Amino acid sequence: MASIDIANIQKSYGVHPVLHDVDLNIRDGEFVVLVGPSGCGKSTLLRMIAGLESVTAGEIRIAGKRVNELAPKDRDIAMVFQSYALYPHMSVAKNMSYSLRLRKTPKERITAVVVGAAAKLGLEPLMERRPRALSGGQRQRVAMGRAIVRQPKAFLFDEPLSNLDARLREQMRAEIKKLHKDLGATSIYVTHDQIEAMTLADRIVAMNAGVVQQVGSPLDLYDRPANLFVAGFIGSPGMNFFEGTYHGGATPLFEIEGGVHIPLDAPAPLPEGAAATLGIRPEHVVLAGHGPQTLLATVDLVEPTGFGIILHLSLGRAGFKAFTNDRSFLTASGTIPVRFPTHQLHFFDGEGRRV
Amino acid sequence: MRVKPALLTMAHRLAILAYIAFALFPLFWLLKVAVTPNDLLYSEGIRLWPSRASLEHFDFVLRHSAFPVFFRNSLIVSGSTAVVVTILASLSGYALSRFRFRGKYWLVTLMLLTQMFPLVMLVAPIFKILSPLGLTNSLTGLVIVYTAFNVPFATFLMQSFFDGIPRDLEEAAMIDGATQFVAFRQIILPLTLPGIAATLGFVFTAAWSELLFSLMLISGNEQATFPVGLLSFVSKFSVDFGQMMAAGVLALIPACLFFLLIQRYLVQGLTAGAVKG
Repeated sequence: MASIDIANIQKSYGVHPVLHDVDLNIRDGEFVVLVGPSGCGKSTLLRMIAGLESVTAGEIRIAGKRVNELAPKDRDIAMVFQSYALYPHMSVAKNMSYSLRLRKTPKERITAVVVGAAAKLGLEPLMERRPRALSGGQRQRVAMGRAIVRQPKAFLFDEPLSNLDARLREQMRAEIKKLHKDLGATSIYVTHDQIEAMTLADRIVAMNAGVVQQVGSPLDLYDRPANLFVAGFIGSPGMNFFEGTYHGGATPLFEIEGGVHIPLDAPAPLPEGAAATLGIRPEHVVLAGHGPQTLLATVDLVEPTGFGIILHLSLGRAGFKAFTNDRSFLTASGTIPVRFPTHQLHFFDGEGRRV
Repeated sequence: MRVKPALLTMAHRLAILAYIAFALFPLFWLLKVAVTPNDLLYSEGIRLWPSRASLEHFDFVLRHSAFPVFFRNSLIVSGSTAVVVTILASLSGYALSRFRFRGKYWLVTLMLLTQMFPLVMLVAPIFKILSPLGLTNSLTGLVIVYTAFNVPFATFLMQSFFDGIPRDLEEAAMIDGATQFVAFRQIILPLTLPGIAATLGFVFTAAWSELLFSLMLISGNEQATFPVGLLSFVSKFSVDFGQMMAAGVLALIPACLFFLLIQRYLVQGLTAGAVKG
């Protein structure tokens, strides 16, 4: 177990910068998830920590020791690949013991550790099989087993669940979380799936275009997104955004496209007449009410998900979504009253920063 | 509706059959002449099989001609060439597949360039180079020449096999604690066995049937390989077809055996190389 410190890391391929000044301190035993759309540099960052990519500038320290120039084999970290990367010509047992055999670990110890890991992952009946003869979920488990037998300083996961079907992904997600609880090992997990990020992480690092957008606990990012990118990326269905102008005064309001006024019951921290973006999560839209705070929205589409209902609505020309568990909305049509509680609103300035 | 596909399939099969017959007929004729006794060779006219078959030509070739020497020489030259080329090509193919280095583009271009010249053009210069080194009329000289000519193509062949193996595998091995070379030896090479077999087979047969250089660089029976040796059955006044064909049949055996051994990998290897994205 060890802490991992990333100080002002930069990476460029030739003249193309892919990571800009990434700064991150990962505590011993912490589970950190790097999340972002594809091409945001999260995998590159993980591979730099693993030693599979060179560092253009900055410093990476594992357990306080600079590792920039260290070969992957000398960093004492384990990695689970998206493709699993199991050795096709070796049995499950051989796959799991490969790292220990390379380190010339005594045979009895290898057997004990591998058997222990196999028991933990439910792999005992498969030990003599080749990877080809395993299902996706089993391969995934072997890849995890290969990582845990070593008791490395840290685990790196590179989108380990994205090749699995939805059901299995959910199951493996829970297993990874349980495993982390058992082992308490420092883990860095890369994914583009915000649900994985929310469910697994102690802390989430949201990245976009090679820049860290926000670092915080999952609920931090959900409740107080630092900018439009994080607000839009975290949460499903995603946050609704309305571009418009803020008007203060005695009855503050937010005017959106088409001249629709969204009334606010408290002033927003915006200058008068400022162009801004208003955000509200679909589950925070109140689908009832009367009085001055209430607006009439047109129902465009009703999407039942079983768990709840997603209503596609519009105010003037601006479309938005609302989420409800009330099944009476299954038959909603025409116009319905909606209300945007001011304390659930997020405001972002012209640059997309939270205000 | 149902008749047409059946007819098409039939036509397809027949066409394949015709091709196979066309390709195999010379081999059949080789065998037929090899087992025809001399006295029947010219007297019976053209028949698919002689009225009396015998192994006398084989007997003569094996016991009274220099053929066993040619055969041994060929085996040494082709075997060594195949092994040396495959080792060199695995290393260089791996480098081309995995590493970025200065001058890679030019190296590849240069290697392609070597494949563009007709070999006949190179006979004189090669002779000029090998002669002062004492490598003419020697099997070692032949192995060196064959190796030089086969390495570029074999390198590209091996590179395509390495390209087909995901990089993740050796990265996983390196994280598991292997150096790049150990990862290459323990993880990548075993997975490239089909490619290695294909390369071995390709180089072996190329060297086995090479005539031009062995004819030009080797004089005398002692160091001659079997394609050159076959010519010794042509004398000033006659050609001993029976013995020549018998020698030809015998020369086919190692090539056939070799392919039989590696064919399992070969089919796998050629298709693996073919579908590489």
